Amino acid sequence: MISREEFRTIAQNGVWKQNTSLVQILGLCPLLAVTTNAVNGIMLSLATIIVMALANVAVASLRNLIPHEIRIPVFILIVAALVTVVDLLFNAKLHELYLVLGIFIPLIVTNCIVLARVEAFAAKNPPLQSTFDGVFMGIGMLWTLGLLGGLRELLGSGTLLGGIEMVFPGLEPLQVLPANYPGFLLALLPPGAFILLGCMIAWKNWVEERAALRAQQTPPAPTANAGCH
Amino acid sequence: MFKSPPYLLQDASVSRVMTQVCLALVPGIAVYVWLLGPAILIQLAVASLAALLSEALILRLRGKPLALFLSDGSAVVTAWLIALTFPPLAPWWLVVVGTVFAIVVAKHLYGGLGQNPFNPAMIAFAVCIVSFPALMSQWPSQGLHLSLAEQANIVFGLMPRVDALAGATPLDALKTALKLGAESGIDVPALLANQDIYGNFAGRGWEWVAAAYLLGGLWLWLRGVITWQVPVAFIAALTAISTALWVYQPTSFASPFFHLFSGGAMLGAFFIATDPVSGCTTPRGKLVFGAGAGLLAYLIRVFGGYPDGVAFAVLIMNICVPVIDLFCQPPIFGMKDKP
Repeated sequence: MISREEFRTIAQNGVWKQNTSLVQILGLCPLLAVTTNAVNGIMLSLATIIVMALANVAVASLRNLIPHEIRIPVFILIVAALVTVVDLLFNAKLHELYLVLGIFIPLIVTNCIVLARVEAFAAKNPPLQSTFDGVFMGIGMLWTLGLLGGLRELLGSGTLLGGIEMVFPGLEPLQVLPANYPGFLLALLPPGAFILLGCMIAWKNWVEERAALRAQQTPPAPTANAGCH
Repeated sequence: MFKSPPYLLQDASVSRVMTQVCLALVPGIAVYVWLLGPAILIQLAVASLAALLSEALILRLRGKPLALFLSDGSAVVTAWLIALTFPPLAPWWLVVVGTVFAIVVAKHLYGGLGQNPFNPAMIAFAVCIVSFPALMSQWPSQGLHLSLAEQANIVFGLMPRVDALAGATPLDALKTALKLGAESGIDVPALLANQDIYGNFAGRGWEWVAAAYLLGGLWLWLRGVITWQVPVAFIAALTAISTALWVYQPTSFASPFFHLFSGGAMLGAFFIATDPVSGCTTPRGKLVFGAGAGLLAYLIRVFGGYPDGVAFAVLIMNICVPVIDLFCQPPIFGMKDKP
């Protein structure tokens, strides 16, 4: 089973400390290509979460049966099978979005995040831990891609949640900035994604630096049984 | 009174160099105002203000001394170059977006003055022409006479922007006319005979602005602020390729004079490509840098999709600077060969 401590470490690593986009800087290709709005980024991350959770649990279960020398091809086969499932699922249920995301759903197979987690974590840990690792790494990717997509969308076209009607028919994108906003096209182009990702990485480092400084300044909190007044 | 060597010819502080660059731009600006209206003065003021404010803000964020860096004048030179490359009647926020991007991203995120690998002014131009291509291509039509108040109203959005205000630059007009007239057999000499857009040897009005930049650039060279290599190589390369194509087919390519005195060629050769920070530092490297920029500027402006190629040419050559400098190291004194 899994201890509370272990679970917390896995969750923290996935969402913040080892964040796929901000710390490991993996999977830049889909990051640049699909985060032109928040919905695309979130939906691609959801597809990746499904693949990662299933791939991690499959590899972790089979880890003692896979010959070490040919493990990478085997991992890729497992991931490819799962991606095919997700690909067909998106095609059937969210067809319009599937057309927008296009090649990037099949390309989850080659996404280095998936292979990196399978190789670095699932091949060495039991299935339950591996599942959580896949899910939390995916959540880390989800909020970064969602935030990046939202920022690019806001700067580039002045809207938020464009394309939401493809996921939930009936909902409308929000026009955040005035309708005559000229649109900063650079934000929607790949250089804009690079610049904004750089700003997000700088922001994360700044937050951590400040937290470290604060931890240094405040003395450790007194324990409950330490003092008598 | 002699001191012992080495003799310093002049005070070469950043602020002095920047002041001289600004002074050298003055003839160009004067001709610009005289021929094309005073709106450029508004753009210069807006750009300078935006540059100083964003520079102050980012210096504060970075914890650097404000007074020292604000007074060196480098932000103002960047701002002036941006304003001079933007359409004079563009809305005020366009030049602000360009300037803030140049100062914050292109200059300070790379480490501030002296550390930027790309020319900040050209980054501003590239960012804006990629993001707002329509606004960046609306140049005031020839023969348009508006008072300063009217021009200010247009720049600050108090008066509607009408299409009659906006024409293409002579360079852009020529390219578009050639593209549209490809089937009807229209040729360059016939187009250039149109005196509404084209003047004696290049664009009407613009040719004299470019000539004034040339004058200012020569003065900079005489003062020792810039070296001869970059402008000479830039102009030589641009002349060489435009002459070659002009001789080959005078009906579809304009004369070298037209290219030298159109668009940003003169401004680029003397004021932009000579940037000591983002350009090459070795003498032979400067020749390669200038020639590459001139060649690329021609190729982009004639065969590319953008109205002018100087900005992209300079940026592309900026990327190549480390390699060029590596292969153009001068021999160490006392050694026969390269180090």
